[in-house]
Amino acid sequence: MNRRDFLKFTGILAIGVAAHQAINMLSGSDARQSQKKREKWAMAISFSACVKKEGCKACIDACHFIHNVPEFGNPKDEIKWIWQSPFETVFGDETNVFTKSMLKNLSVLCLCNHCENPPCVRVCPTKATWIRKDGIVMMDYHRCIGCRYCMAACPYDARSFNWREPEPFIKEINRDFPRRSKGVVEKCNFCEERISQGFLPACVEACTERALIFGDLNDSDSEISRLLRTRFSIQRKPHLGTDPKVFYLF
Amino acid sequence: MIEKAFKGTSGYWLWLFFLFFLVIAGFISYLRQLHEGLTITGMGRDISWGLYIANFTFLVGIAASAVIVVLPYYVHDYKKFSVVTVLGEFLAVSSVIMTILFITVDLGMPSRILNVLFYPTPSSLLFWDMVVLSGYLVLNLIIGWVTLDAEMKEIEPPKWLKPLAYISIPWAISIHTVTAFIYSGLVARPFWHTALLAPRFLASAFASGPSVLVILCYIMGYHGAFYLERDIIKKLTTIITYALAIHIFFTLAEIYTVFYGNVPAHKTHLEFLFYGVPWNRFLMPWAWGSILGAAIAFILFLTASKRRDDVTLFASLLTVFSIWAEKGLGLVIGGFVPTVLYKFPKYIPTLYEVLITFGIYGVGAIILTILFKMAASVRQGN
Amino acid sequence: MIKILISLILFLMVVFLPVGYNVYTGKTAYIPVLQPPEQRGECVENVMFMRKKHSLLLEKWRDAYVRDGIKRYVSINGIYKISLTGTCLECHSNKTQFCDRCHDYLGVKPRCWSCHNIPEKVAKK
Repeated sequence: MNRRDFLKFTGILAIGVAAHQAINMLSGSDARQSQKKREKWAMAISFSACVKKEGCKACIDACHFIHNVPEFGNPKDEIKWIWQSPFETVFGDETNVFTKSMLKNLSVLCLCNHCENPPCVRVCPTKATWIRKDGIVMMDYHRCIGCRYCMAACPYDARSFNWREPEPFIKEINRDFPRRSKGVVEKCNFCEERISQGFLPACVEACTERALIFGDLNDSDSEISRLLRTRFSIQRKPHLGTDPKVFYLF
Repeated sequence: MIEKAFKGTSGYWLWLFFLFFLVIAGFISYLRQLHEGLTITGMGRDISWGLYIANFTFLVGIAASAVIVVLPYYVHDYKKFSVVTVLGEFLAVSSVIMTILFITVDLGMPSRILNVLFYPTPSSLLFWDMVVLSGYLVLNLIIGWVTLDAEMKEIEPPKWLKPLAYISIPWAISIHTVTAFIYSGLVARPFWHTALLAPRFLASAFASGPSVLVILCYIMGYHGAFYLERDIIKKLTTIITYALAIHIFFTLAEIYTVFYGNVPAHKTHLEFLFYGVPWNRFLMPWAWGSILGAAIAFILFLTASKRRDDVTLFASLLTVFSIWAEKGLGLVIGGFVPTVLYKFPKYIPTLYEVLITFGIYGVGAIILTILFKMAASVRQGN
Repeated sequence: MIKILISLILFLMVVFLPVGYNVYTGKTAYIPVLQPPEQRGECVENVMFMRKKHSLLLEKWRDAYVRDGIKRYVSINGIYKISLTGTCLECHSNKTQFCDRCHDYLGVKPRCWSCHNIPEKVAKK
């Protein structure tokens, strides 16, 4: 690339950024937000609403379809973005002999916590995973070397490695979202690609019981901010100092 | 100097061919792994690091322990160590190369390994590990080679070598410290999350590394490669004995803290190592074997080993096994079980995985053989 | 001297063997013909720029989209969604007659398609 081309190129990109902001300014709802602080995305999961429909997996199916998550049918190669796990395995420290029998059948919905202080980001040797200003912990599948250090570092089992080529194991390929290749780590991205277009995350949209609430913590009027102020909530393993942004409501 | 490695007995060539065969077998298995992905290993989503990283960790220790012969020779002017110092440095060279290979075969995207350099990330211990390991490789290669070259030409080694040797001492400590920090910095795995890990790593490295050297010295002596004074072996076994004592002490200190403190998250890992769960006790023999091995080796080094070479050799082999089982298998895999979701998965390495592992040890052995052959030829004055 | 000369000639022969092979078999003795999409006007940038620098543009797009969260690209020709499958292949729906022809000719194997969907292929499923 010679100098002239380079200037042209960067110029175009700069215009791109400016135009992007201009478009945001013009579209009504975004205009207010861009003048405020940045968003801080978070999710709340209501135990009581989530158990209403027994055996419901609508959110998992929606997410895994939209993001081309493969299903290998064996636990060794398993890849998951959002999944269910028994209460006592997710909240082991909050479990005693009595809650064990009481909550025996309670399956807790789990996904990447998009920690404010993510251990996976700290350990990644290539910045293939990082935390965005809006709090989403992103993955760059183009850069991941597959060392799996982040998997060892994640206290929530939220990261999955592509032990083999996933494509043959994707039931139905969603054309609008890329697949992954073997050898990289993947995880939930809080539906970053949908949020940027003004949609809710796929799991939230798929839930008929409104058990999943997604929103902006920096907006004190948002539904999630109000819920977290008024209802008792817990996080997974808060004592590890990761500050998860997925909350569980009682 | 390298020309000396091309003249050898038929036994020497046969040995090299055997190693070459191992490397080829490993390489073919690796091609398979590249094609199919890491699914052909025993690793999975729950135990996501296995044999490769275990051997990586163990070999960093072997590499770091070169300091134990370099230090007496250069700092305390212990002249008798002049032979083993070169051997120790060459052992470090081959070990570091093996660690780099183990890391590489463990990667899901080995073609992108240079991303670690393109996007340097100081917050990641893996980045630092790469920095210190490659630095250590260069240091030891230069020091060992130049020392040997000077010996061959019967001149004093150049003056600039000594500062390099001094630098290599803290550098050796750093490679194993950084490797321990890879683990001990992770809050997700309570088994690793202990400040004692780095000291423990160093203590066990200073037991296993010199043990490997002792074994190699015996092999070289057996083949009449050069005459080794009994004193050198004695000094090395003294070092091993002290290191083993500290290693056992650290292990017991860790066990005390965990069990007296009684925090379940810390306890479950050690409990799984030593007792397992009813349906899964696969690490139990290794854990007990390691502890007993270290204890027996320690007693042997204190007693019979002083008089008998065969006991010394046996005790050294036992030490190497014990540390490999403890630091390699026990530590890496024990850290993953129970998983963060309280599962107790099994890990059984596959044939491919084992072949690749042997292949890498084959590469290391070839490098070691050639370097040692050079050292022996120079010593014998051709 | 003669030894050196002979080995030099041998060396050069080995080096140029692949070139000779391609010339002999006629593998590269043609100019790849691309089928640009019909009636769609100009690409994201002008043709010369795209021809020379599309790989660099895609790289910038990749980093802009994934790492900087920039989802749109503005050029003189318009505003575009940054998307390989959704924008590029939407127009160039004939990947085999467009992208592949040149890439095959030059022996370039872009790794994009191990993850990014090719509309013609996915539709078939």
